Amino acid sequence: MALSINELCVGCHACEPLCPNKAISPPVRRGSAVFFINPDKCTECLGDHDLPQCAEICPVEGAIVDEYGEPLNPPGSLTGIPLHLIDVAREGECRM
Amino acid sequence: MELPVIHNAAPAAAGGGGCSSGGCGSAPDALAHLPEHIRARVQDHPCYSEEAHHHFARMHVAVAPACNIQCHYCNRKYDCSNESRPGVVSELLTPEQAVRKTLAVAAAIPQMSVLGIAGPGDPLANPERTFATFRMLSEQAPDIKLCVSTNGLALPECVDELARHNIDHVTITINCVDPEIGARIYPWIFWNHRRMRGVEAARILVEQQQKGLEMLTARGILVKVNSVMIPGINDEHLKEVSKVVKAKGAFLHNVMPLIAEAEHGTYFGLTGQREPTAAELETLQEACAGDMAMMRHCRQCRADAVGMLGEDRGAEFTLDKIDALEVDYASAMVERAKVHERINAELERKRQLRAAPRFQPGLVISETPPPALRKVRMAVATKGSGLINEHFGHAHEFLVYEVGADSARFLGHRKCTPYCMGDTSCGDGESVLAGILRSLEGVEVLLASKIGFEPWGELEKAGIQPNGEHAMEAIDDALRAVYDEMAAAGKLAAAPAGARAAA
Repeated sequence: MALSINELCVGCHACEPLCPNKAISPPVRRGSAVFFINPDKCTECLGDHDLPQCAEICPVEGAIVDEYGEPLNPPGSLTGIPLHLIDVAREGECRM
Repeated sequence: MELPVIHNAAPAAAGGGGCSSGGCGSAPDALAHLPEHIRARVQDHPCYSEEAHHHFARMHVAVAPACNIQCHYCNRKYDCSNESRPGVVSELLTPEQAVRKTLAVAAAIPQMSVLGIAGPGDPLANPERTFATFRMLSEQAPDIKLCVSTNGLALPECVDELARHNIDHVTITINCVDPEIGARIYPWIFWNHRRMRGVEAARILVEQQQKGLEMLTARGILVKVNSVMIPGINDEHLKEVSKVVKAKGAFLHNVMPLIAEAEHGTYFGLTGQREPTAAELETLQEACAGDMAMMRHCRQCRADAVGMLGEDRGAEFTLDKIDALEVDYASAMVERAKVHERINAELERKRQLRAAPRFQPGLVISETPPPALRKVRMAVATKGSGLINEHFGHAHEFLVYEVGADSARFLGHRKCTPYCMGDTSCGDGESVLAGILRSLEGVEVLLASKIGFEPWGELEKAGIQPNGEHAMEAIDDALRAVYDEMAAAGKLAAAPAGARAAA
């Protein structure tokens, strides 16, 4: 039982200090923003908090997923941006 | 809803003295009414003093990526090199890298007086990174002023630590004091180990902001309040916000326009929330000005901006570039002290000139009192130093002043696309010029160091008199000269010419 972070992560560091198991580490590869959850350490915060802390603070929809690959914060759940506009948002993203 | 305005914590902080009502006399400096000891603390801070921003530079270091709230005008994909707005950066720094960058910039730009941490997330949601940076800087660059900008959620628990690091300027972004309104601006906050939403979340945020504001002013720390003006959501409400934060001891209120473009990927941008017009912003600032000092020269800069307000030299100081630099900070510090002393002496001289009674030959000769003269809006192209030293075609912005018979008041800046990008491509000239003319609505005179033939004609057609006669002169003097000239030519005797009285 462990959560993981996918390539949607923007590297904002918010989750790292909150993890009660110190399971989260910053990206090792230069140029990558994606943080990493050590599956051997992650308990999904069981016994420490009611809710997994990384998913509670993560600002990016879809970036944190459970063992089945299901996002804990599905599209539209955080920003309130209507689903049909989310694709527009992706297209507009800065690619510089 | 009205928040209880509890005892004003000011006595200890303000130390009495001075005139605390909106404005005293006709001094052009919006901070002129502040008690002398506060003025002295902000006179070289470009983000707090309109006068200082022509002469002093600032930088932000992007050490604080995490945030504990979400705002509808923010997109947490903050890494971008070609957008200029708060919350955006090109590269994140560790505290050690931030210190190295600060020392390198401070050595290269002697006008630099201030180092701020403003994101790209919330500095106080990254307390370890933020305070490690401040700790090292107060040791290694003791002459640099430190300041921080926060959403306020974690502020109360950080006040003691801020005071310990000698931070005497804090900016809190307060967009509302009514949680019902807050719920339309903030979709969630992270609080007590969980994500909270709706009015309850906004209520906690509002309470924390107000508590933090009171705690800071009680300790004598200067607090500026930033508010984002969102038409239809908090525009009317910001008048109330201005009253409340003034009563609690904030010394400056900065009402900024919402930035909302679909391509930024923000909620407001994508859902079509409109930005306020320059005239709407000005009207609101004017309405709030009755209650407290307003800041009008904010350029809403990036969380890694470097240089004078309105310019960004960040690209000169990327990590790989500063690694190659040898910095002799000790001698740079001596040099900076000299430069600052020179600027301050010059500013002091100007202040005294303003205070001295002016010899007005016209008044001596005429026997009847002169007719009341109307005020005129003038726009200025400047690169800094308080001079008219920018070509019309190269200007990224124009500063707009309202000039009257005995005072010139800064109203704000109008951003624009430069009419002429370099000397080869004036291709989009026409449509760009139309945009510039729109942004200058209400302006009657435009001063620049040089204005080309074509835009000259277009400006005239739009009712704006171009003026290139005051190149390299001080803005104050040039505005005064042009005004006096218009008065002498009898152009100002009449009441405002109808349409011009926009605001």
